[in-house]
Amino acid sequence: MHSFHELLMLLVVLTNFWILGTTRLSAAIRAVAIQGALLAALPLALDPGLSPHVLGLAVGTLVVKTILLPMFLLRAIREAAIRREIEPLIGYTASILLGAAIVALAFSVAPRLPLPEMESTLLVPVALSTAMIGLLVLTTRSKAVTQVTGYLIFENGIYVFGLSQMERVPFLVEVGVLLDIFVGVFVMGIVLFHINREFDSLDSARLTELHD
Amino acid sequence: MLLFGLILLPVMTSLLAYGSRAHGVRMTLLLATAIGHSAGVATLWTRSVPGVMSGWLRVDALGLLVLTVVSLLFLAVAVYTFGFLRHDPSRGPGRGLFVACLLAFLAAATLVALSHHLALLWVGMEATTLSLAPLVFHRRNRRSLEAVWKYLILSSVGIGLALFGTFFMAAAQTTGQPLVLEDLVRHAETLQPGLLRAAFVFFLVGYGTKMGLAPLHSWKPDTYGEAPGLVGALMAGALTSCAFLGLARGTTVMAAAGQAAFMRPALLAFGLASLVVSAGFIIGQTDMKRLLAYSSVEHMGLLVLGLGIGGAGSYGTVLHLLNNGLTKGLLFLVVSNLVLFYGTSEADKVTGVLRRAPWSGALLLTGLFAVTGSPPFGLFVSELTILGAAIHRDLVWLAIVMVVLLAVIFIGMARMILNVVYGEANHAEESTGTGGATGWDGKPFRETWPLLAGPLVLAALVLLLGVHIPAPLHALLDQAAQALGGTAP
Repeated sequence: MHSFHELLMLLVVLTNFWILGTTRLSAAIRAVAIQGALLAALPLALDPGLSPHVLGLAVGTLVVKTILLPMFLLRAIREAAIRREIEPLIGYTASILLGAAIVALAFSVAPRLPLPEMESTLLVPVALSTAMIGLLVLTTRSKAVTQVTGYLIFENGIYVFGLSQMERVPFLVEVGVLLDIFVGVFVMGIVLFHINREFDSLDSARLTELHD
Repeated sequence: MLLFGLILLPVMTSLLAYGSRAHGVRMTLLLATAIGHSAGVATLWTRSVPGVMSGWLRVDALGLLVLTVVSLLFLAVAVYTFGFLRHDPSRGPGRGLFVACLLAFLAAATLVALSHHLALLWVGMEATTLSLAPLVFHRRNRRSLEAVWKYLILSSVGIGLALFGTFFMAAAQTTGQPLVLEDLVRHAETLQPGLLRAAFVFFLVGYGTKMGLAPLHSWKPDTYGEAPGLVGALMAGALTSCAFLGLARGTTVMAAAGQAAFMRPALLAFGLASLVVSAGFIIGQTDMKRLLAYSSVEHMGLLVLGLGIGGAGSYGTVLHLLNNGLTKGLLFLVVSNLVLFYGTSEADKVTGVLRRAPWSGALLLTGLFAVTGSPPFGLFVSELTILGAAIHRDLVWLAIVMVVLLAVIFIGMARMILNVVYGEANHAEESTGTGGATGWDGKPFRETWPLLAGPLVLAALVLLLGVHIPAPLHALLDQAAQALGGTAP
């Protein structure tokens, strides 16, 4: 282990697998919250100078991704009284194996990308694998709540990639991005609430009326 | 100051409308904002305004064109909202939320049109998506839930990919202000080509999802089908134009960096796929709004085809952007009238419109000929420009395929719309002959002026654009085409 930020990034990958393997929805949401906290610590570890920009990003990420959104999603499943992902399209073992394949792919592709020198060689493979695992969760799980966590993981992957460009993206824009994600998940949460009321379940697989 | 005002005015009135309890106040805010915004945009046409925020917000030809489409459509929709909320039978969310969301959309779309900072543009684009989501869900039934869920998830993922592209663009840059369009173009030769290409691919897939290019269009028919017609007008006319602008910004940088040879085949492939898919689904379509959604896929395809062809094709594309925005506004508002009248947008239940709602019938007919690119409407000119450019650049096969697909689409759309307009009216109450048609809920339905004013003006504009392009507009289109690496015809 070379440094603290590499440890953080490996933990991010671990939380991805935790989400892939768990059947409990509340555990998946907690894992996303922990991932958010790791991501909040990451800019501090990468740039220990403690500039207001880095501090602001860390605090904003912590508030949105670790506190507000997970609380909101936990409330949504409590009201819907559901506990478990019942029938994912791909079984848990298979999705963990797929996740491992994605990580292997990301680590083999990343060094070939013509990216400029970075603080850490782990940044890009971790970003790519996290985004792809997010998409995997989004597409293979049938509960609408789990799909939202998949979307959050996908966004976390983009965030890690964005950290490689941290000094080039102004703080104002980062605040805008965080705000958009917050409002996005908030709106998804409201729709979740209505899906639950209308269908008596949070199963997005029942959304099948519209077709040509 | 004016640029800030154009964004902040709708933000403030949106908050006021949400907080206000009196419906009259909210509607006044909506209309006043629409008029104020249009006046501001008109000012931008007459005098040049310097950029603000160190050039992050700035007016250029393409941005002004998109902003004009957004502002005109919003004005038409704002007037229409008066009629719509009076007749609308659904117990939707509070009307405060409805009006507030419309105004928030205007603010976000204005931010997109004025942004010359690619990450700020992304923030605005995501905001446009989110601001319309509560409106898709206006009817609060199972179908609209399904539609809004697909819309949110697919759009969010698509736009997330565009954010990836934005970061790739930042990584490709070695000098100049990060992600500011002018600096990207000025130092285009120093951009790292591999990363720039990666950025473009992500832009194409990301903003292409928001535009609804096939095969990334699957959310579109469901969303347009379930959203109220006036929301469809904003989505198909304004939101897609904003998404196109996102892609066009990437195209501008690619063209400046001499990467046209890399991007053209990709643009042509997405454009052709969109034409093929829309032709396939327009034939045999049974719902008017879904028909319009596939027509939107078709026209988005034409936009990227024009870019992919290049040369005068880029001029055709920017002209088509304007024409398509206005025509989609016209059609969605007219179809919305029919939904208010008949209670459904299923084509076989809506017949004989010309007799029961003569104005809407005539406007629908006008819209049909306009949207299918018949002379003398504007889309005829822009489609012809794109076709001409294809032949000029030795892509004769492409021109032939396009003509065949456009003909198929014409037949498919005409078959449905002509039956809707002229077909035998099959409603029982027609025989009672009490005079004065009744709506689907039994209440008397009249084609009041708020329901007709917007579509009438939009129809007149599309007609004018087909007959004559004024000199200032031509100069603007020319500039926009050059920024996209093209030329005037």
